[in-house]
Amino acid sequence: MVSPLAAVLLLFLVMPIILIVIVSFWRATEFSIIPAFEFENYEFLFGSSVTYKVFYNTFKYALITWAFTLVMGFTVAYYLAFHIRSLTWQVALFLLCTIPFWTSNIIRMISWIPFLGRNGIANSALMSWGVIDEPVEWLLFSDFAVILAFVHLYTLFMVVPIFNTMMRIDKSLIEAARDAGANGAQILWNVIIPLTKPGIMIGTIFVVTLVMGDFITVRFMSGSQSANVGRLISNDIALLQYPSASATAIVLLATVLITIGILLRFVDIRKEL
Amino acid sequence: MEPRPRSFYVLSAFFALFVLFLYGPTLTIAILSFQGEGGGLTFPMRGVSMYWFYDLFEQQAVGDIWGSFRRSIVLGLMVMITTVVVSVMGGLAFRKKFVGSGILFYLIITALVIPSILVSLGVGLLFSQSGLNVHWSTSGFGAQLTWTLPFGLLIMFAVFNRFDKSYEEAARDLGASPWQTIRYVVLPIIAPSLIGVALFGFTLSYDEFARTLLTAGSYNTLPLEIYGMTTNVTSPVLYALGTLTTLFSLLIIGVFLALALLSNRRKARAGSDAGKAV
Repeated sequence: MVSPLAAVLLLFLVMPIILIVIVSFWRATEFSIIPAFEFENYEFLFGSSVTYKVFYNTFKYALITWAFTLVMGFTVAYYLAFHIRSLTWQVALFLLCTIPFWTSNIIRMISWIPFLGRNGIANSALMSWGVIDEPVEWLLFSDFAVILAFVHLYTLFMVVPIFNTMMRIDKSLIEAARDAGANGAQILWNVIIPLTKPGIMIGTIFVVTLVMGDFITVRFMSGSQSANVGRLISNDIALLQYPSASATAIVLLATVLITIGILLRFVDIRKEL
Repeated sequence: MEPRPRSFYVLSAFFALFVLFLYGPTLTIAILSFQGEGGGLTFPMRGVSMYWFYDLFEQQAVGDIWGSFRRSIVLGLMVMITTVVVSVMGGLAFRKKFVGSGILFYLIITALVIPSILVSLGVGLLFSQSGLNVHWSTSGFGAQLTWTLPFGLLIMFAVFNRFDKSYEEAARDLGASPWQTIRYVVLPIIAPSLIGVALFGFTLSYDEFARTLLTAGSYNTLPLEIYGMTTNVTSPVLYALGTLTTLFSLLIIGVFLALALLSNRRKARAGSDAGKAV
């Protein structure tokens, strides 16, 4: 029963990772890659100041995106779970939030152009309100645009698990808290948030890994002006420098797995499904 | 009903803004795709026309949009069917502990969290280094499965965690073989969730970019084609294509949701006479 699954994961996940590890010790010339066992790729990677800057950027994007998606995702999930009273409406509004997830990310990135461009809606609106005198340049193709796109694309990954855990909170606990004299804020802080923690952790894992592994959003929304680790890898690939791309990829994978390992200490995923 | 607290209205406003944030940009490019012939990528609209849609259907200077669209649909269907079958089998298997079940579970989680570019790079290298042909229907197909299968399996885990085993026991007591139990008892009960798995399988494949980037070979899928266009097409034809493919996605989602609704209704109807024969 489980063999097709095991076969797919072995062939398209385990073997590729092993191969990346192997290739990361290879040598590259301008035209080809040559089997070898050298640490040169790693030495170059850790010796370059670009690497540290790019890793710093990656964590920066992940942290800022995480903060925004958490606050927005929690608020939306809280509204759906505790303020909408009929199940039909809850399902309908929940679907309304999830539908964009099943459409193309690239199109959703492109669709920010008319908003953020130099002559875009945001600039025209700000100018007509008299907030600014001339178009702001940093809206599109900037870190601002990158994080906006991340939040736009990935808030959903917070909403779904948080909503899922909130729906399983026993409503009588909240009544009990109210009977015991807790006000709204106290109920939120002392009852709902602790009980929602597993959902928050799962959402966090999704958002952090998606942002850390991204290369296309950063490239597109920053107009190639900023870089994260994913872009470093994809640039090497474009230059056919597979060994150095592989070395960077392995360091990125290790970073992501360590981060996830830390996060998994706070939640038992199997119990939460 | 008790009256709504004030926080309800504040949160409703927040929710409305959130929905606007989600859909606003897409709606904007939908409007802008009807830009007149001389119009550009931003407002103002210079007239209203279908020009850019017609333009899409004409021979493009670069790329092969309709070929890539066909490939994306075929690939989506392949991934969808495989995801459903493999997820159900995996879900059934994972109900009992077996040798390596722990490792396999962590592999599924790894597939979910691994940066997509690693899958793309690794599968691409694997195929090219072993002399196999890098093609969307082989390496691209496999690379996408590493993304759709975890979702399918997580849904199946959730389904089987809530599955009442007494139905199966009843079937077995009545003399059903293991296959009959699955075919006539388990599958009909989990059918609505399979529609969800299929929806994930198709749409995630249809929109996948990163995992197919280095594994599609010389024939592009639609997202790769669109990405190529972003670097050299600067007319609203990009928006027209975006609008059409989003409409297509919405159509697919609509079909799947309608199917799920129908199958739930049918289940409710079929189940409504339970116990009446006694």
